[in-house]
Amino acid sequence: MKISISLAAALACVAGIAAAEPVAPAEVQYDEYGAVAQSLTGVAGDPANGKVIMGTKSKGNCVSCHAAAGLAEFPFHGEVGPVLDGVGDRWNEAEMRGIVANAKMTYEGTIMPAFYKTEGYIRPGDAYTGKAPTEPLGPLLSAQDIEDVVAFLLTLKE
Amino acid sequence: MTKLNKSKALIAMGLAVSSFALASVAGAEGHGAAPLVINGDIEIVTNTAAPAHMENISTIQSGWEFRTPDTQDLQRDDFDNPGMLGVDDARETWATVEGSEGKSCASCHGEPETLAGVKAVYPKWNEDAGEVRTIEMQINACRTENMGAEAYGYSDGAMTDMSALISSVSRGLPVNVAIDGPAQATWEQGKELYYTRTGQLELSCANCHEDNYDNLIRADHLSQGQINGFPVYRLNNAKLNSVHDRFKGCVRDTRAETYKPGSPEFVALELYVASRGNGLSVEGPSVRN
Ligand code: HEC
Ligand code: HEC
Ligand code: HEC
Repeated sequence: MKISISLAAALACVAGIAAAEPVAPAEVQYDEYGAVAQSLTGVAGDPANGKVIMGTKSKGNCVSCHAAAGLAEFPFHGEVGPVLDGVGDRWNEAEMRGIVANAKMTYEGTIMPAFYKTEGYIRPGDAYTGKAPTEPLGPLLSAQDIEDVVAFLLTLKE
Repeated sequence: MTKLNKSKALIAMGLAVSSFALASVAGAEGHGAAPLVINGDIEIVTNTAAPAHMENISTIQSGWEFRTPDTQDLQRDDFDNPGMLGVDDARETWATVEGSEGKSCASCHGEPETLAGVKAVYPKWNEDAGEVRTIEMQINACRTENMGAEAYGYSDGAMTDMSALISSVSRGLPVNVAIDGPAQATWEQGKELYYTRTGQLELSCANCHEDNYDNLIRADHLSQGQINGFPVYRLNNAKLNSVHDRFKGCVRDTRAETYKPGSPEFVALELYVASRGNGLSVEGPSVRN
């Protein structure tokens, strides 16, 4: 009995270290150019998952505005934003994190949505229902989603 | 608006203009196909100089210009236009007696054709009611006040059919809604709404329909979001759609809480959006995807 309790405690402790609290949307530190130096989770991003997030309509849906050869497996690339080929050469990790978390800090007034933000909206709805939300809004992407997307974008080199 | 967005708008404009010029030579998809003439008779102006009040667009274009040739062709003949079925239904309703006064629309208005020109100037200030009225509001006012009949739901099928009938008899006439005088305050409110970035995606009507028309967003070829073609028969949902239903869908897609069809906000937005089409022809019922 004693052993199993302390084992559970030890396990919980390990888990606690691995999944350190992600940086909350309101706590993200942007520098004056909109870059975010610190990882939002402390866990390295998974580029394969980042790619799926970018191509999936119910997740990042980035392809609705951006085309990229590296995302060719997903249909319907839009033309509203720039083509992302070679974007990994244009921005470093901190800059990329800033763009994905809240592009408005890099490009003032940009049409690109802020993916890691929960406040400051006009008439926010409950996702795509058209109705008022009944619970506090979460960000469009989770902290780890952002890290995964950033990791994928950094692989898009010419 | 930021410099970036302005220059984007200018680029989009340049693109629209140049692809247009190209199209008139090459007949490229969606642009500059043979001009729209309905039933070999009603000439439709699908692009023209923007009205003076518009600041960021120089040529206004009907949504028809952004559709594929197949979809465009459905509007050339009323026998091919599925929206005309709703118009036929409404012609029957027009002559049907309803309500406590024992009257039909025809009792007072005669043939629907007597309302030619009406759609072109709506939404319009109504002096007696002291409000800006859409065609739908006017239909309900006639039903409740003149016929003693029940009001239609704002976006009901029967309402949208009647609105399509009233639009159809004005086809080819230039949209010319008044934005000054007593309508001005409502128009200003509509303009404010048009440029407000709503929802969790923080997008305004202008972000898509002014800064990015002629661009693809996902699989959709963005138009200028004009309403001269309403009610619109959409191939996607196989029915006639009211202006306010379309507004609702677009607001919902910004992950926002929408306004209701018939709400003061959507009436104001309709007046403003209609005024962005001043000079295009009334085209409804039109066909879109
Ligand atoms: C509504 C359209 C839209 C969506 C959705 C969108 N973006 Fe963007 N994005 C833009 C625009 C427009 C720009 C260019 C900035 C500007 O000029 O406003 C941009 C810029 C960028 C850039 C910098 C590009 C460069 O060439 O330097 C990156 C990286 C980027 N977006 C990534 C993403 C990712 C990742 C997603 C999804 C999580 C996404 N975007 C979703 C519109 C969009
Ligand atoms: C008892 C008579 C009466 C009946 C029945 C009636 N209306 Fe009217 N309607 C009027 C009057 C009066 C006006 C306001 C004067 C005008 O503009 O002709 C009017 C105005 C209108 C207008 C606006 C015209 C404009 O120039 O702004 C429309 C549209 C309209 N009616 C549609 C209908 C429809 C549709 C029906 C049947 C559902 C109907 N009316 C039934 C009397 C009637
Ligand atoms: C995220 C981009 C987006 C935003 C924001 C948006 N729309 Fe749309 N809208 C579309 C798309 C896509 C279509 C279908 C293709 C087209 O006609 O542009 C459309 C279609 C329309 C149409 C139909 C045009 C026709 O000819 O059938 C109207 C009208 C319209 N929008 C009005 C609005 C208004 C008003 C707003 C602001 C409340 C708005 N839209 C906001 C994307 C958007």
